[in-house]
Amino acid sequence: MRGPLRTLTTLLVLTLLLFAGIGAAHLWGTPKAPLAPQLGLDLAGGRQVVLAPLTEDGASIDADQLDQAIDIIRRRVDATGTSEAEVTRLGQNISVAIPGDPSPDQLEALSRSSQMAFRPVLLAEPVFAPGEEPQVPRELPLPDDRLAEQAELMQPPPAPQDVEEPAEDEPAGDEASSTEENRGGTALPAATDEADATGQPGTDGDGATQEPATEEPAPPVANPSDLAQVTPEIQQAFAETTCEDPDLADRAAVAPAAQPLVVCNTEGTEKYVLGPVELSGGNLTDATAGPEQAQGGAVTGRWEVVLTFDDEGGDAFADVTTRLMGYPQNSAQNRFAMVLDGEVISAPTVNSVISAGIATITGDFTVEEAETLANQLRFGALPVSFDVQTSEQISPTLGGEQLRWGLIAGAVGLALVFLYMLLQYHALGLVAIGSLLLAAVIAYGAVTLQGWAINFRLTMAGVTGLIVAIGVTADSFIVYFERVRDEVRSGRPLRYAVDTGWERARRTIIISDLVNLIAAGVLYYLSEAGVKAFAFTLGLTTIIDLVVVMMFTHPLVSILANTKFFGEGRRWSGMEPERLGAKRSAYLGRGQFREPEPEVLAPGRRRHTREELEGGVV
Amino acid sequence: MSRFSQLGNDLYSGKRSIDVIGRRRWFYVVSLVLLGLSLVGLLGQGLNFGIEFRGGTELRVSQVQDMDDYESRAQEVVQAPADGGTTAVTRIGDDTVRVQTGEMTSPEAEALRGELADEFGVPVGAVTSSLVGPSWGDSVTNRALIALGVFLLLVTVVLTLYFHTWKMAAAALVALLHDVVFTVGVYALLGIEVSPASVIGFLTILGYSIYDTIVVFDKVKENTDHAMDTRRWTYGEAANLAVNQTFVRSINTSVVALLPVAVILVVGLTIIGPGTLVDLAWALFIGIAVGTYSSVFVATPLLVDLRRGELDLRKHDAAVRKRRQRSQDRAARGTDPVAQTGGQPEPAVVGAPADQTGAAAPPVEQAPAPSATAGRQLHPYAQRGPRNQPRRKKRRS
Repeated sequence: MRGPLRTLTTLLVLTLLLFAGIGAAHLWGTPKAPLAPQLGLDLAGGRQVVLAPLTEDGASIDADQLDQAIDIIRRRVDATGTSEAEVTRLGQNISVAIPGDPSPDQLEALSRSSQMAFRPVLLAEPVFAPGEEPQVPRELPLPDDRLAEQAELMQPPPAPQDVEEPAEDEPAGDEASSTEENRGGTALPAATDEADATGQPGTDGDGATQEPATEEPAPPVANPSDLAQVTPEIQQAFAETTCEDPDLADRAAVAPAAQPLVVCNTEGTEKYVLGPVELSGGNLTDATAGPEQAQGGAVTGRWEVVLTFDDEGGDAFADVTTRLMGYPQNSAQNRFAMVLDGEVISAPTVNSVISAGIATITGDFTVEEAETLANQLRFGALPVSFDVQTSEQISPTLGGEQLRWGLIAGAVGLALVFLYMLLQYHALGLVAIGSLLLAAVIAYGAVTLQGWAINFRLTMAGVTGLIVAIGVTADSFIVYFERVRDEVRSGRPLRYAVDTGWERARRTIIISDLVNLIAAGVLYYLSEAGVKAFAFTLGLTTIIDLVVVMMFTHPLVSILANTKFFGEGRRWSGMEPERLGAKRSAYLGRGQFREPEPEVLAPGRRRHTREELEGGVV
Repeated sequence: MSRFSQLGNDLYSGKRSIDVIGRRRWFYVVSLVLLGLSLVGLLGQGLNFGIEFRGGTELRVSQVQDMDDYESRAQEVVQAPADGGTTAVTRIGDDTVRVQTGEMTSPEAEALRGELADEFGVPVGAVTSSLVGPSWGDSVTNRALIALGVFLLLVTVVLTLYFHTWKMAAAALVALLHDVVFTVGVYALLGIEVSPASVIGFLTILGYSIYDTIVVFDKVKENTDHAMDTRRWTYGEAANLAVNQTFVRSINTSVVALLPVAVILVVGLTIIGPGTLVDLAWALFIGIAVGTYSSVFVATPLLVDLRRGELDLRKHDAAVRKRRQRSQDRAARGTDPVAQTGGQPEPAVVGAPADQTGAAAPPVEQAPAPSATAGRQLHPYAQRGPRNQPRRKKRRS
């Protein structure tokens, strides 16, 4: 008795905490939390902002670049939560519809310029999702390129730009070969480098510069790759970064050009400390993706991205590569990073001095990956900023009618579900109804709180998703009740039937909900816009389902099973053994048995012999 | 109602039984026909993607004085030229109406401008038209597809580990594909417009389908594991019994899941009229119904067929049949003429073992019955006391 009661109390406390949280956020939060779920663009309307892409020199941007710009804007919008904003092309402009009323800060963040910058890498370290750390042997007695291959296998999930391999010399043109290779981007070298890279500032760099660093704002540095720039503050920021902070890219995007910077790559699989900006995207004249060619001009079957710099950029890049070549091939400092919109899109290593103004990035690209990178680079080459043309309030696309009738229909449907539960499970149906109501209350609270915390907004699809969740949640009770009934049917007294039935039902409920949780997690982390919001709803309802059935339904049923009404299977309790066809062949004592349902025997069939039942005498 | 619970009892005990496994060819044919129809719809007619996917035309009517009923008025005007596509009418600011509709040629757009200007009583110059791109761009679709791929892979791994056989995962995925293709096919056949909301609907179905299949498979696994231990049933029989025993659950769950959706559908069709809500409700209604059907009638038979060839199972099934044959022979040789004639011919086999469940299960729970002593008439239950039980192997679960 104590166990179930305690669980129920815990649940009560948790529910109260949830609503207390909403109340607190409403009273003291900034901005104040609303007391009802936030509604999405289709139900509540919002603000439509038309952004015109502007280039510094007034050049027009082509369709590809416009698409790039749209992708960037969409990513910026998604970074502010799962609000399901709509980003569309409107003629040559970009139209962004944001639900609710975005603050000026948000609009500012949307329309800030996106300029690519080339920065030298000071430190780099792969980031792993918890539990995903690969077992990398420290040293492998392999030649360098085999090592790179090996490392590639152990590479954390997709980091296409970084998976680059040694390549043949640039075949195009007779000029001095200009090839980069990226070996440092792979997990193994980075992991080992990182050890000595962080070791260095600890021994000479850090020890020597710590004093001046605290006295002067900018320590004297020999060159932009100098590790002396890594002040203790930066090192701490670097150590704390997990690449999951959505604001990191935002902050990095507005960071001053002359300061070192802590950033992650686009996939969130590696983090870096970068030196000051050495070249801007404006120095890049073109970036194209094409099949890689071997020395003789034969196609190797791999893809590469060719960067072309203007004169000034070519000179600067030659200086940079000359300096970077001074560092060992596998060290982080041998790499340079291309930063676009606060994220590193590629950070290859340098394997030769590039003086001709033409560089190639090679690696295990697929066609799409190479083209994406080239597109990003080309887009980054254009310093595009966005000019807010119009910003207007828009009405919901779905009339209030739709939502109202949808909710009414949902309520009627729920009432029918309750009725059905009562018909099917009698008094036990009341437990199911109570559980559903509780799930609804928790869902309401959770959606409201998330609306405030991560700007989660309910759209029509979300509302219907919640209505379907009624089915999945009720299914947990149905599975449970049917299991208990099965146990009663096989003759178990209710009290024990509940426990055995629960053990079996629990397994089913957990595995099926686990799969839903996987779906929710994967879709949430890997997709954008509407799909992301769907994943969120799915995850939320699944967790609520688990919580309610584990912490409410089962404890309640096990308490009830000990009451006379349920425990003895009275009429209308929903667990009457007679109705369930249980063979009440209970041993009544003194050799008396209650005869089990003789009428079940089909006419013409006699009772089975022992041999028949046991499959013969052995 | 009491009939229904009686049905549940009978299905559980095996007194009544739906021969799902035996008639699986029939169900396969039904599913193949359904899938064929869907594919005809998908390939022949194609999906009718909405403005969110294809882009379209946006018209803005500014300086509108009379905003009453702007939504239906604009809808009426646009209805004629736009071919079946959904039109979104939005109010922007105080005096602007935005109409988003499918692609149209510039003469059409010009004509529409004029009509809208007439309807809202503004000069033609106050109506502007421009092209809008898709808000659900290719990049969103691509990332969603990648995410789906990863999800299916992970689910396969998890289910393979959980069920100890990849075949269950494979059967579950086939059922999933079956449901999604069918639902999408219905969309194509009926020409319902695919909006982002319907994509969310498809995803919901995907989740529901795999969920439902796992619930059924969990029972199948339990029953078949038990059958392998006790050697009472062949794999197919155990799977069939499992499907029957979860049948009431399947009906209850689908009723509970379908009731709210059905109400939305009815309300949508009668009161609200066509729109997002109705489209979504259609997708969900069809998907949930098919999802429940496929778990029972497609996934499970498929699983049995997939595992049919396994050596262990073949041995097991042969052992079960041999054992059954032996007991039959013995019964035939026995003294009782009734057993001879009314025994268990092979076709009745599916029902028969279940009868034994009902009879065989209780002794497990029973208090130890006094062992049989000579000269005293004992109840059959007492005869079958623990001592006379067939040797029980370890029971998992």
